[in-house]
Amino acid sequence: MRATAASLIIKIAVLAVVAALAVWAALPLITAEAWWGLALEAAIVAVLFYVYLQRRAIQLKYLIPGTLLLIAFQILPVILTVGTSFSNYGDGHRVDKEQATEAIIAAGVQQTPDGATYLVAVGESSSGELTLLLTDTADGSTWAGTEEGLSELNDAAVDPSGRVTAAPGYTVWDLAELNERQAELTDLAVPTGPDTGIKLQGLSAFEGESTRSYDEECDCITDFATGTVWYADNENGRFVAEDGEAALVGWRVNIGAENYLDVLTDPDIRGPFLGVFTWNVMFAAGSVLFTFAIGLGTAMALNKPSMRGTKIYRTIMILPYAMPSFAMLLVWAQMFNRDFGLINELFNLNVNWYGGTWSARAMVLIANTWLGWPYMFLISLGALQALPSDSLEAAKIDGATGVTAFRTITLPLLLIALTPLLISSFAFNFNNFNAIELLSGGNPFMAGDAVGGTDLLITYAFRQAFGASSADYGFASAISVFIFLIVATISAFMFRFTRNQEDVYS
Amino acid sequence: MTVTEAVRTKQEAPVARKRKPRFVTWAGEYGWRHLVAIAVLVFGLVPIVYVISAAFNPNGTLSSTSLLPTGLSLGNFEKLFTDPNVPFGQWFLNSLMIAVPAAFISIFISSLAAYAFSRFRFKARRPMLLFLLLIQMFPAFLAVVALYLIFGSIGEFYPAAGLNTKLGLMLVYMGGALGVSTWLMKGFFDTIPKELDEAATIDGASHAQIFFGMILPLAAPIIAISGILAFVGTMNDFILASLFLTDRPEMTLAVGLKTLTAENSPASYFGIFAAGTLLTSILTVAVFMSLQRYIVSGLTGGAVKG
Repeated sequence: MRATAASLIIKIAVLAVVAALAVWAALPLITAEAWWGLALEAAIVAVLFYVYLQRRAIQLKYLIPGTLLLIAFQILPVILTVGTSFSNYGDGHRVDKEQATEAIIAAGVQQTPDGATYLVAVGESSSGELTLLLTDTADGSTWAGTEEGLSELNDAAVDPSGRVTAAPGYTVWDLAELNERQAELTDLAVPTGPDTGIKLQGLSAFEGESTRSYDEECDCITDFATGTVWYADNENGRFVAEDGEAALVGWRVNIGAENYLDVLTDPDIRGPFLGVFTWNVMFAAGSVLFTFAIGLGTAMALNKPSMRGTKIYRTIMILPYAMPSFAMLLVWAQMFNRDFGLINELFNLNVNWYGGTWSARAMVLIANTWLGWPYMFLISLGALQALPSDSLEAAKIDGATGVTAFRTITLPLLLIALTPLLISSFAFNFNNFNAIELLSGGNPFMAGDAVGGTDLLITYAFRQAFGASSADYGFASAISVFIFLIVATISAFMFRFTRNQEDVYS
Repeated sequence: MTVTEAVRTKQEAPVARKRKPRFVTWAGEYGWRHLVAIAVLVFGLVPIVYVISAAFNPNGTLSSTSLLPTGLSLGNFEKLFTDPNVPFGQWFLNSLMIAVPAAFISIFISSLAAYAFSRFRFKARRPMLLFLLLIQMFPAFLAVVALYLIFGSIGEFYPAAGLNTKLGLMLVYMGGALGVSTWLMKGFFDTIPKELDEAATIDGASHAQIFFGMILPLAAPIIAISGILAFVGTMNDFILASLFLTDRPEMTLAVGLKTLTAENSPASYFGIFAAGTLLTSILTVAVFMSLQRYIVSGLTGGAVKG
């Protein structure tokens, strides 16, 4: 095989772009001294160059871009999810032990006469970490402080008094948000040295010396002013005082299968979890059943070539499928509004659809059926038209007509063809986050419950991680892994049905 | 109607007419079919008619909207583009800026992989195909916590691709669409006769020339379908977009339109929301209608719209 001049030029150009990108990507890693990241990047670039310069394994040239993308954004997240599910990562357990110790010491800071004072704005970093955006009242320099420590803040916009109003990479809270979330700020302190730190006081902050210190001998923190001693609980990643109260900042540790065991043993979690799981299965199965029933029924009705108007019917029936599903879910949510919604108006009802568990569930199923049946109609019609006509004719000769023929011949044949699609539709609906989030948002919530009546496992996990209350990434990941396992079982099942049809073994 | 059919109807028709009146025959044969179709159509069209009615409703509130239009006003559409609190144009643009490149790039990368799976025989081929089949059953958003953490740390090194950036979200979508489209396209590539490749090779074409010059143009229909499915799936995604894009002007359509129906939004935003929905659906409906034929065959090949 002879490389033409043109292809050679293209190859060189592409590799040059790769090299340029590599250099661009390396710079921030070098500044941050992230050597592991740099090594990884170098390895990837080396692999790319090797693959495109060698001539033996040509298939690699076609496989490598997809493989890299798949590893980065599908496989790595899955592995990380599994890893996180065995930890207590979440609010209160974000940092490592050293940083947690420093943060607790910094929280005990008392103002010293010559310590620096700061004007404070509060921001959230792109990863959701609370950050104090500080302006030094002495020289006007700006700093970003977290429970990990203090770093210089460049390119921040400040108001006339010097307070930070905007900074790249941070979402700065406005006054309303400050009022609302004040509770999260108590005990937020920025360590600046072994026993110094910056502590918040209203909308300003001061640097001072801490009355607390860490003692390696007893693995504990002592507050000399109050006499409190916190002992490290290395298993759970927190410092606990003698009266059993834990310090607010803990650290991230591996807690083994505890997140999973909680689901099985903790009665507060087990009860709701079982409820969610049961409803999750019902929702997925119900969605498939209803959409398939309507879709197949319609397909049977329209599967008559001599019938007039089938084409028009078919075209209009695709409409619900072609509409953007997220928007139509929102429309359905409004249609079920108690006071002004269309459904109550049309049927002259006064049902508070979101109020009761079963009415909310019925609502979700109705809307989801509306979204899904055109798909079932299309695939049923396709399968009906592909049915072998000789078996139907044979049945007719044997005297089977109408219902009997449908039940004994048509339906079994259809199911053979459609089972893989029905199973993948089940798997899709099992994780149908949009349907629940956009329709009911998990409502109704009974007083004090973290779980709503229409919550699926995926919406439940999502709320554990990103909801209004404190984040528990570890537990949310454990639920994700649980869903993985269910879906994997379904996939294995599905694969048994598809293996005959696909060209895997050739 | 062929000749034999015509003859048969002529013979059968009088017999049937003797026994039953013509209408009864028609009703038994076709009438119920029309009834079923119309009943289903009513169910299917009610929400769509409702959206149209709401979009043209001059008041714009939910309470003043009924199934059939009560008034005709373009006020909601006007507000969609003039209300500073509703940057609809920007949202639309954001959605396209994310979904179009993500679809294009992921389809291109999938087609490369599909070509390798279809035309080359190598050791890990079967396990890799099976693995792809499995991984496509795990939607990207299941690992949403991990993705959030990954992009949080990517953002520390490369602010352009971290959280709250379009590029970051695009990367996730690109990875998510790979499995399905690779399988779909491999199935299609398998139906293109290998003899064509062999003939081209004899004529001196390299593997790259065969792929770009022959396979890709021949596979245009399936590429279009995979692209459309990836595009629509991305447009409809809510979970990742709501997590990644939190600044109002940066939002996608799904996240932005949701804020219009939130409980703390003014009641009159419902009309604006409906108008926005209508404008969005013009795009997706046009795409679906023009590719109706291919979509049916693509669906039976195993794709689920996201």
